[in-house]
Amino acid sequence: MTDEERTDTAPPLEIADLTVAYRERPVLWDIDLTVPKGVLAAVVGPNGAGKSTLIKAVLDLIPRAAGTIRVFGQPYADVRRRVGYVPQRTSVDWDFPTDALDVVLMGTYGKLGWIRRPGRAEIATALACLDQVGMADFARRQISQLSGGQQQRVFLARALAQDADLYLMDEPFVGVDATTERSIVELLHALKAQGRTVLCVHHDLDSAPDYFDHLVLLNVRLIADGPFAAAFTQANLMKAYGGRTHAFKHGA
Amino acid sequence: MSTVAELLHDLVFDYTLRTIALGAAVLGVSSGVLGTFAVLRRQSLLGDALAHAALPGICLAYMATGSKAPVVLMVGAGVAGWLGALLLLKIVATTSLDEDAALGIVLASFFGFGIVLLTVMQKRPDAGQAGLDKFLFGQAAALVGTQVAVTALLGTAAIAVVIVFYKELKVLCFDPTFARTTGLAPRWLEVLVTSLVVVAVVIGLQTVGVVLMASMLVGPVVAARQWSDRLAVVLVLAGAIGAGAGVTGAVVSVAAERVPTGPAIILSLTVFALVSILFAPRRGVVPDAVRRRRRGLVAPVEVEAEAAR
Repeated sequence: MTDEERTDTAPPLEIADLTVAYRERPVLWDIDLTVPKGVLAAVVGPNGAGKSTLIKAVLDLIPRAAGTIRVFGQPYADVRRRVGYVPQRTSVDWDFPTDALDVVLMGTYGKLGWIRRPGRAEIATALACLDQVGMADFARRQISQLSGGQQQRVFLARALAQDADLYLMDEPFVGVDATTERSIVELLHALKAQGRTVLCVHHDLDSAPDYFDHLVLLNVRLIADGPFAAAFTQANLMKAYGGRTHAFKHGA
Repeated sequence: MSTVAELLHDLVFDYTLRTIALGAAVLGVSSGVLGTFAVLRRQSLLGDALAHAALPGICLAYMATGSKAPVVLMVGAGVAGWLGALLLLKIVATTSLDEDAALGIVLASFFGFGIVLLTVMQKRPDAGQAGLDKFLFGQAAALVGTQVAVTALLGTAAIAVVIVFYKELKVLCFDPTFARTTGLAPRWLEVLVTSLVVVAVVIGLQTVGVVLMASMLVGPVVAARQWSDRLAVVLVLAGAIGAGAGVTGAVVSVAAERVPTGPAIILSLTVFALVSILFAPRRGVVPDAVRRRRRGLVAPVEVEAEAAR
């Protein structure tokens, strides 16, 4: 990735009029959203708000009923190598016959393209990425032998190996230990320092303001988005969560 | 019963045994390797559905051409199996049915249609259909050299595809969602993976038949997975175990007269799988129980010591 490409002017993610429906039921309704460059954005909302669906729609993993999505000003298919993805940890079978290093190497596949196999350069990259999440000692460990938090860090290392400019993460903090939590937070700050952008589905309202600086508050419709200080208001949270909110530690 | 030395001699010099053993080995290698992907994608019963789906193809190929030439019937089986596969993918993609429901629908409807065709043909006066029902349980004794050569060619081509697309297939099987985002898992690759299973089915139908084919696809990888945590090794082992079971079954069926080859192959494979499930050092049931027992013997003492403090 050249510096030119990193400093281009189009925002990392621009969504207009996005509607996604499963059968008759709308999951996302008329979303207009721009994610500015270099933010750590949390996608927050109640269960069934369409948080994961938003990410999957951006990645063209599910069909959309209406709307356009631009990633760095282009359709996703044209810039997929600039987008990194961390799926939910529970979405794969961790008994698959492979080790941590091999999973992280999959992060290099996109740039390698068809047929070409990862070589020394890719292995060095993957090992560095494992090291960055504190997993260097587990490179050759069968993935089922890792704890949940370690598995999550392997997924993050794989995303790092993608060397992307926009990262989409689906609930990376779910069910992880304190070490992993620290490691993810450090990683988010490192990505931000490098000018990369993160959009992260996050379930926990209380910790969101500590980890992220940008809020996308969602409940099928977009309720609010913007810098945390401005968007994280009691009124917005009430709108998103309805009567189900009573005690917010951080609500203004 | 012949002696072991005689059997080994026949294995090399007797045309029939050599052909059957070679055919079974080709079947074992290809279904072992190709079945690995199906099982790792949690589609263990895919092979079962596609094998059953092949039956009407065999019947229709015969009815259309009047020929029972192996290659004609294999083409029929392949086309029907492939249509079954496409229908299966279509059902999963367009309805809210789960994959196992879709598998059940494809298996039952195609197989039912095949049985109807067999019955209709049996009622016809020419009796030329005699032998098609052998595809239910296989008839390895009817294998001929050209057929083995054709299956070997098919198997080699399918394994070559696996080698070329190894990286893409690996990420598709481990994490299909992530694979799609890399752009390396387009729709046609998924169709290709399913088609590889059809190829394995076509290779195996004459030898083990429609009903037993599923175990040829599942057994080798189940056994192989017990011994290794690396996909490449699992693939090679699955091929080797499949071939080993194939040749063992062929030899056993010749040595113990009147034991049919297909079931003998499946039974040898079952022995391989059982031994692996029970005794593989790290994943085996028995070593695991021993480890637990050792821990179990230590733990209560520790608990007691803790309580005494």
